[in-house]
Amino acid sequence: MDAILIQILNGLDKGAAYALIALGLTLAFGTLGIVNFAHGALFMLGAFCAVVFSKILTISVKIKDESVTLFDAYKEQPYLEIWFGDFGAAIVDWAVPLSLLFVIPVMILIGIVMERGLIKHFYKRTHAEQILVTFGLAIVIQEIIKHFFGANPIPTPAPDIVSGSAAVGAFFGLSDNLVYPWWRLIYIIFSAIIIFAVFAFLKFTTFGMVVRAGMADRETVGLLGINIQKRFTIVFAIAALVAGLAGAMYAPILPPDYYMGMDFLVLSFVVVVVGGMGSLGGAVFAGFLLGILQSFASMNEIKSIIPGIDQIIIYLVAIVVLLVRPRGLLGREGVFED
Amino acid sequence: MKNLFKSNAVIMLVFSAVVLTAPIWLDPIGANYPDLLQKFAIFGLFAIGYNILFGLTGYLSFGHAAFLGVGSYTAVWCLKLFTMNVFLGVILATIISGIFALAIGFISLRRSGIYFSILTLAFAQMAYSLAYSVLTPITNGETGLQIAADDPRYLDSMLGITQQSEGIPSTHFFGFDIKSMDGYFGFYFAAVVLIIGFYISLKIFRSPFGLKLRAIKSNQTRMTYTGFNTKPYLLAAFVISGMYAGLAGSIMVAIDPLAGAERMQWTASGEVVLMTILGGVGTLIGPLVGAAVIKYLENIFSALNNSELTNIFSWLPEAIQTATVYIVEPFVGKGWHLTLGSAFMLVVIFLPGGIMEGFDRVKNLFGFGKKKSSSEGEAK
Repeated sequence: MDAILIQILNGLDKGAAYALIALGLTLAFGTLGIVNFAHGALFMLGAFCAVVFSKILTISVKIKDESVTLFDAYKEQPYLEIWFGDFGAAIVDWAVPLSLLFVIPVMILIGIVMERGLIKHFYKRTHAEQILVTFGLAIVIQEIIKHFFGANPIPTPAPDIVSGSAAVGAFFGLSDNLVYPWWRLIYIIFSAIIIFAVFAFLKFTTFGMVVRAGMADRETVGLLGINIQKRFTIVFAIAALVAGLAGAMYAPILPPDYYMGMDFLVLSFVVVVVGGMGSLGGAVFAGFLLGILQSFASMNEIKSIIPGIDQIIIYLVAIVVLLVRPRGLLGREGVFED
Repeated sequence: MKNLFKSNAVIMLVFSAVVLTAPIWLDPIGANYPDLLQKFAIFGLFAIGYNILFGLTGYLSFGHAAFLGVGSYTAVWCLKLFTMNVFLGVILATIISGIFALAIGFISLRRSGIYFSILTLAFAQMAYSLAYSVLTPITNGETGLQIAADDPRYLDSMLGITQQSEGIPSTHFFGFDIKSMDGYFGFYFAAVVLIIGFYISLKIFRSPFGLKLRAIKSNQTRMTYTGFNTKPYLLAAFVISGMYAGLAGSIMVAIDPLAGAERMQWTASGEVVLMTILGGVGTLIGPLVGAAVIKYLENIFSALNNSELTNIFSWLPEAIQTATVYIVEPFVGKGWHLTLGSAFMLVVIFLPGGIMEGFDRVKNLFGFGKKKSSSEGEAK
C-alpha cells in the first residue's frame, strides 16, 4: 500500500513537469499552429534562470574565517549576508522560490522575442520545416548555455526549511513510514496552481475567450476585426513562461545541465500526442497519466515480470494510443490532420 | 552539356571518378586522410538513403539512427559468430535492418505528418533505451559491443581459416585487410559501396516508383482519390531507406569493429536530417554534399582552439583581434555544435532547398544553365 502511494506521488511529480511542458507545447500548437522543438530548451532556460538568480544572490566576498584560529583561513560570505545579516541569509536560502520573480519577466521577454523574431516567419511553412528550424534553435540555445555554464549539472538547493521530507503517511493517518520530500510535494501543488491559472485565464477572461475562439477558427476571428496575431504572440509568451516556471521550480529536483531540455522535450512531445494535439486538457491529463504509469513501471515488482518496461512504457503507450485513437485521448477533430 | 547529364551512364561515370579521386582533390583543403574520407562515404550513404524517404515522400522520420544501430550490431555479431570477412556482415546487416524497418514502418506509416515523426521517434527511443538496459546481453550496454580474439567465428573455423596472429583479428574483405594501405582500402571499400548506393538511388529517382513517391509528396489525397494505394509505396521507400541506414552502420563496423547504443539516440537521427536539409532535400547529390560539408566542418572547427584562433586573426590590430577571438571562440572546439545549429537555422530560414538550391541560385545569377531544370536532381 505504502509503495503504491509513493509511486503515485512519484508519478504526480514527474507528471507535473510533463504536464507543464506539454501545456505550453499545446498552447503553441493550438494557437499558432507551430510545432516547437525548442520548447524543451525554454524549460532548460527557466532552470538556468534560477541558477543565475541564485548566483547573483550569492555574489560573495572573501573574508577571514574567525572560527579557525590555528592558521589563516578564508571563507566566502555573500554580500547580502554582510549587508542584511540574517535577513540576507534567508534571502540567499530562498533563492529558488524568489527566482520566480526573475523568471517571469525574462521568460516572457524570451517568448516574445522568439515569436516575433523567428516563429512568426514560419506560420506558412510546413510542419517539417517548423520542426527543423526550432530543432536548430534548440541546439543553439543549448550550446550557448553550455558555453557559459559548462556541461556539468549545477546543484541548486531548495530552501533549508523544505529540504527534508514530509510525513505524508502520518498526516493522512496511514503508516508513519510513508514520507515524501517536501520540495517535490510543493512542485506538485505549484504545477496544479499554474495549470489552473492557465485554464482560468483562458476560460474567464475576455482575452482568453478570444484566444479560444482563435484556436477554434482563426479566420473568422480575424474577419471580426480582432487582431488575433497580437494575442497569439502573447499566448506564445505565456507558453514560454509556463515552461520557464516549470524549469525553475524543477532545478532543486534535478540539477540543471544544458541537456535537460532535450530529454524532457521528447517525452513531452509524446505526452502531447497521447493527450491529443491541440487539446489543453488532454495534455495535462496525459502528462499525469504517463508520469504515473512510468513510476509504476519502475517498481521492482513490475520490472521483474517485464524487464525493461520502465524504459519504454511511455513510448509503448504512445504507440498503442496513436494506433487505436489516432487523435489522442482527448484530441479534437480537424486539428493537425494532414 | 545538359543532355549529356541525362544519361545514367555519364552521371555514374562522373560520380565514380569524383568519388574515387577524392583523396587527390580533397588534399588541398586538408581533408585527405582516411578517417575523414571514410566518414564522408558512410554518412553520405546514410543521407542518400534517408533522402529516398524524406526527400521523395516528404515523411520526416526522426528514428533512422535506430536502423543504423541495428545494422552496426548485426555486423559486429557477424564478425563475432561467423567470419572476419565483412561481406557477410554487410549483407546480413542490410537485410536485418530492412526487416526492422518493415516492422516499424508498417506501424508508423499508419499515420502521417507530425504523428509519423513522433511515432518513429518513439520507436527509435525505445530501441535506444532497450539497447542500454534490457538488451545488454546482445548490445553490451554502455561499453559497446566489440570483437574479441576468442570469439567462435564458426564459418572461419569451418573453412579452416586460422587467425594469423595474436590479439584481436582485423576485418578483411575476401583477404584484403580493411586497414591496409594506411586505411585507404577502408575508404575505397566504403566508396565503392557508396557508388553502388548512389546508383540505386539514381535508378529510384528516375523510375516510375520514384515518380509515384513524389506524387505522394505533392498530394497524397489526390493519389488516394485516383484509386491508388499509397501505403505499399511508402512502406517500400521506408524499408529501402532503413536498409541504407543499416548498410551505413555495417560499413562503420567493417572499418572499426565496434557498436554502441549512442549511435541510435534521436540526436543522431537529427544529424542525418541536418545533413539532408543542408545539402538539399529531394536532390540526388545534395544529401551527400550535406554529409560531407558537416563532417568536414566538424573536423575543422572542433579542432580549433584559442591559441590557433589568435594565430589566424594575428593580422588584425590587437584590440580587434582579441574581440574577434572572443566572439568566434564559442563557435569552435567544443562549441562546434553551436556553429552547426546556427548554420542549420540559417539554411532552413533562407535556403530551404539547401546547398544545392544555393548552387542553382548562383548559377542563375551568372546566367548559366538558363532556367531551373524541370525536375529536381536532373541537372546535377
